Amino acid sequence: MTEAESRVEAPGADYNFAYLDEQTKRMIRRALLKALAVPGYQVPFASREMPMPYGWGTGGVQVSAAVLVPGDRLKVIDQGADDTTNAVSIRKFFQKTAGIAVTGHTGEATVIQTRHRIPEAPLTEGQILVYQVPIPEPLRFLEPRETETRRMHALEEYGLMHVKLYEDIARHGEIATAYAYPVQIEGRYVMDPSPIPKFDNPKLRMAAIQLFGAGREQRIYALPPYTEVVSLDFEDHPFVPGKAEGACALCGSETSYLDEVIVDDRGGRMFVCSDTDYCAGRRAAGHVGAEGAAAGEGRA
Amino acid sequence: MRADAFRAEAPVAPLLSVRGLTKRYGGRVGCEDVGFDLYPGEVMGIVGESGSGKSTLLNCLAGHLRPDAGEVLFDLGEEGLCDTLALSEPERRRLARTDWAFVHQNPRDGLRMTVSAGGNVGERLMAVGARNYGAIRASALDWLGRVEIAADRIDDRPAAFSGGMQQRLQIARNLVTGPRLVFMDEPTGGLDVSVQARLLDLLRGLVRDMGLSAVIVTHDLAVVRLLAHRLMVMKGGRVVETGLTDQVLDDPQHGYTQLLVSSVLQV
Repeated sequence: MTEAESRVEAPGADYNFAYLDEQTKRMIRRALLKALAVPGYQVPFASREMPMPYGWGTGGVQVSAAVLVPGDRLKVIDQGADDTTNAVSIRKFFQKTAGIAVTGHTGEATVIQTRHRIPEAPLTEGQILVYQVPIPEPLRFLEPRETETRRMHALEEYGLMHVKLYEDIARHGEIATAYAYPVQIEGRYVMDPSPIPKFDNPKLRMAAIQLFGAGREQRIYALPPYTEVVSLDFEDHPFVPGKAEGACALCGSETSYLDEVIVDDRGGRMFVCSDTDYCAGRRAAGHVGAEGAAAGEGRA
Repeated sequence: MRADAFRAEAPVAPLLSVRGLTKRYGGRVGCEDVGFDLYPGEVMGIVGESGSGKSTLLNCLAGHLRPDAGEVLFDLGEEGLCDTLALSEPERRRLARTDWAFVHQNPRDGLRMTVSAGGNVGERLMAVGARNYGAIRASALDWLGRVEIAADRIDDRPAAFSGGMQQRLQIARNLVTGPRLVFMDEPTGGLDVSVQARLLDLLRGLVRDMGLSAVIVTHDLAVVRLLAHRLMVMKGGRVVETGLTDQVLDDPQHGYTQLLVSSVLQV
């Protein structure tokens, strides 16, 4: 991130703080409090039209808008990266409408809005992680009727979720679900952790508050700090958090989640950390991967 | 009749006891003031023409419809006879997954068409807490064998099955948790006669081996003759005649039953 970009711009005089009006933010905060009180339960809320299309993170943006306060420092990531279109535009949106500080460093941020990843660096108490959720209902593709899925949640009838995992094993020999891997919260609600890779599932039990917003589907759910999160599995096919084999080509990390990058049209490829801030931090600390010296700062 | 002989030597409590069951659709009568007892191991047939209220009755018994009046008492074991209408919804749904089974006329209503045969059979097991893939699969294979579906079809979807196979799969899926009471709505409807015969054979074997009690709704008198110990004839929502199957079919008393029996085509 450049100096210019992280500079706090004056809030647009035509906007209320963080774009949404106070009544809307109040309504969303009420939903958030309820969601935190009943971890994993999907709370309906009156999702607003946002100045971006559905699927671009309208749910996450509304949740962020409702929790941001003037002193906050916001980080936005998309698939782990701070510099992709989606992340940059949402960050700029809040710079413009809320005049808050922004950052690319996980440790410095007070609010982190994310799409499809949990940062590699452990979050701390006091931080808030906001997820953009496309489809909040984990049972949706198994049971299309909303009335029925709500009843199934109410009555804790989650056998169907295991039918999906059974089908995976029967067809592929292993649980092939690699992202949006269903989890059970405190032994009660089954929840879709949003499309994070299952590699991130063990990190869902964390010190920070996690808020999930689905704009099109008009649902909010949440995990308070240190909530027990169990990834569903079978006794003889236990949950395995998977990642690509190998180490990051730039920073040499063997424990972070890796993106596969095709580098030419002859089948050449490299693996790099999906979390750009984590990778940059490691390189700054002197870690160098196989291609780190050659690629250097080229990846940005 | 076996069930009656059994009853004579020891006063057994009925498994299912129905009293004054009434269901109206607005001003129209679905079924009215139906009552009967079903004893363990007994198979009861309900016959009648279309619109006579037999499916309404079955759906009321199975908890799919809420009757306007009456009681459906089911033997819950330790607690004895309980009114299933007074149970809470989770309890009633648990009952429907464990002690009860419901075989629909159209297998598409009772199967998940996008889930493999093995997953279909395993669903009830997973719904009651089975979490061992190997055990679930072994159980599914065992049940596919019992309903004469080849083991190599376990990963095929029911959409790829014939109508008879789908119906047999639906039966396997329902019986895998070892229910005590099975509701069947025209289980042989829409199948050709040779497939019907094999299905009936299979059902008769399963009912006998597992000691199942069953309530079978059908308009096919041959089916009840083969399967049912007792028979209930319905017309216009009311029960017009009850008795042992052979007795009712061989010596019908009510005018409507006489019409029904004499209407069967003789080959």
